[in-house]
Amino acid sequence: MLRDKDRYLSILLISPSILAVLIFVYGFIAWSVRVSLSKWKGLNADYTWNGIQNYLNLFSDPRFAVDVRNTLIFTGVFVIGSILLGFLLAVMLDQGLKGESFFRSLFLFPMAISYIVTGVVWRWLMNPASGSRTSGLNLLFSNLHLDFLQNAWHTTPYWGIAAIALAAIWQMSGYTMALYLAGLRSIPVELREAAQIDGATEFQIYRYIMLPLLSPVTLSALIILGHMSLKVFDLIIAIAGKQLPLDVPAIYMWQTTFDGLFYGRGAAIGILLLLSVAVLIIPYIRYTLKTETEA
Amino acid sequence: MKMKSRLAKNWLYVPLILMAVFYLIPMYVMLVTGFKSFAEIDLKTMWNLPSGIHFDNFIEAFSKLSPHLWNSFLMVIPAALISSALGSLNGFILAKWKFRGADVIFPFILFGMFIPYQSILIPLVVFMRTITMPVGAFFQSVGIDFPVSLAALALAHIIYGIPITTLTFRNYYASLPQELLEAAKIDGADMLGIYRWILLPISLPSFVVVLIWQFTSAWNDFLFAVVLTGNSDWPITVALNNMAGSQIIAWNVQMAGSLLAALPTLLVYIFLGRYFLRGLLAGSLKG
Repeated sequence: MLRDKDRYLSILLISPSILAVLIFVYGFIAWSVRVSLSKWKGLNADYTWNGIQNYLNLFSDPRFAVDVRNTLIFTGVFVIGSILLGFLLAVMLDQGLKGESFFRSLFLFPMAISYIVTGVVWRWLMNPASGSRTSGLNLLFSNLHLDFLQNAWHTTPYWGIAAIALAAIWQMSGYTMALYLAGLRSIPVELREAAQIDGATEFQIYRYIMLPLLSPVTLSALIILGHMSLKVFDLIIAIAGKQLPLDVPAIYMWQTTFDGLFYGRGAAIGILLLLSVAVLIIPYIRYTLKTETEA
Repeated sequence: MKMKSRLAKNWLYVPLILMAVFYLIPMYVMLVTGFKSFAEIDLKTMWNLPSGIHFDNFIEAFSKLSPHLWNSFLMVIPAALISSALGSLNGFILAKWKFRGADVIFPFILFGMFIPYQSILIPLVVFMRTITMPVGAFFQSVGIDFPVSLAALALAHIIYGIPITTLTFRNYYASLPQELLEAAKIDGADMLGIYRWILLPISLPSFVVVLIWQFTSAWNDFLFAVVLTGNSDWPITVALNNMAGSQIIAWNVQMAGSLLAALPTLLVYIFLGRYFLRGLLAGSLKG
């Protein structure tokens, strides 16, 4: 049993952190909700009630429609690409080859770098200029006689955002690899050996034994990567700046609020982003904490 | 049979090396461009090796970025230290000194690490502006040149870092046997005594994990920095992005600048990669 003195002390010590989270997370979310229901436009705060008008305006806003489409394309390419690549890398590194830890470190190092640095470099790699000004990867493809691979990257109409997702895959696939590798290592060796004795091929072992056992890892990866792609922001800014064809909700929010001073609209975008992330994350937190107590 | 599968496995080096090339391409471009002389810079020869080691680009980039690199260090170090210390204390209480409601509070703290910061950005900016103005005015009146907006940025990183640091320490402390504490309690140690003399000495690895994590994420952050800091207080990410967006500064200098901006976190990764990985797994709640 806790002694009274220690009980009060523990509450006293943790309360600054709890208070900070309470104010800066929950208080600020409530404040944002209030701003999103106001007519605030301009430098001075204006909390005149505006109902859900800001939200309704967004739903009929062609720019927001572009944002939603871009987010969907980005999420699809980024999540599927990172999971497939991460899984393949993990399976290859799981074979007990020499140099495994070298490759592992190599595939993971982009995680240590900021999206801004990644963006600045990829902006030159994905230089869309053609003809005599061809450079970057397009130039490399031409030097390697792989001209058919040349493309306009992020300036491709409609699908341009997929090129940004490529840079994001470069940055994050090592992370899914690490998740899968940790998952593979936690599967008992006996299971694999038993399957080998039963004559299963290596492919069958991964397909019918490992993959189903790894489904919790796949779920985590889906949710973590999915919620990241809803928040994507700096990478796009660093590769392409603020361009309408590559717009996403996070950029729209930033620009409309701090450049355009449409605070009400900016807050509404922020809250919509929060809701879409919460739909993924809240069940995930509940599921994780539940399995933790069961374990 | 064993022999055959060994040989077959060696074929795996082909895709692995191809992938390694893919991951190294941006590094290669950054390095070869960075070490070229100004005379060699041409987009058409960007894949060629430099004729020798030249530091022109780095000197140029450093002269433009050094105040901002310094700003980043100034902001990141206290942010990482303070949020780690808070996380350790919170983790200890939530894992080993549970008060009523501790288990209810924890998921609410956790949620804070996943929120899109756009949903709190307007209040954060308004709040920080309200505090930094009088504080800045005070420092000015006493004649001290204090980077107030950097301090605000550090504060934001401390507070929004609490969820992940608390999580990492809580998971670590929860994995320690309860007997460890019971024995100390019987010997008459109180709560702070147990924390100070029993848990803190064995927390070093967790501190390394959390410090690295916080260092990396605060160093690499762009969103908070761009809305909270003014021109002279810009950390490196904002300064680099502005450099890349300007028409005046050539791409070769941008490449060198990118390398300078990436170097501190890359060095941490190279020397302490093992701890970095553990922080990464903790961030997906799997630590």
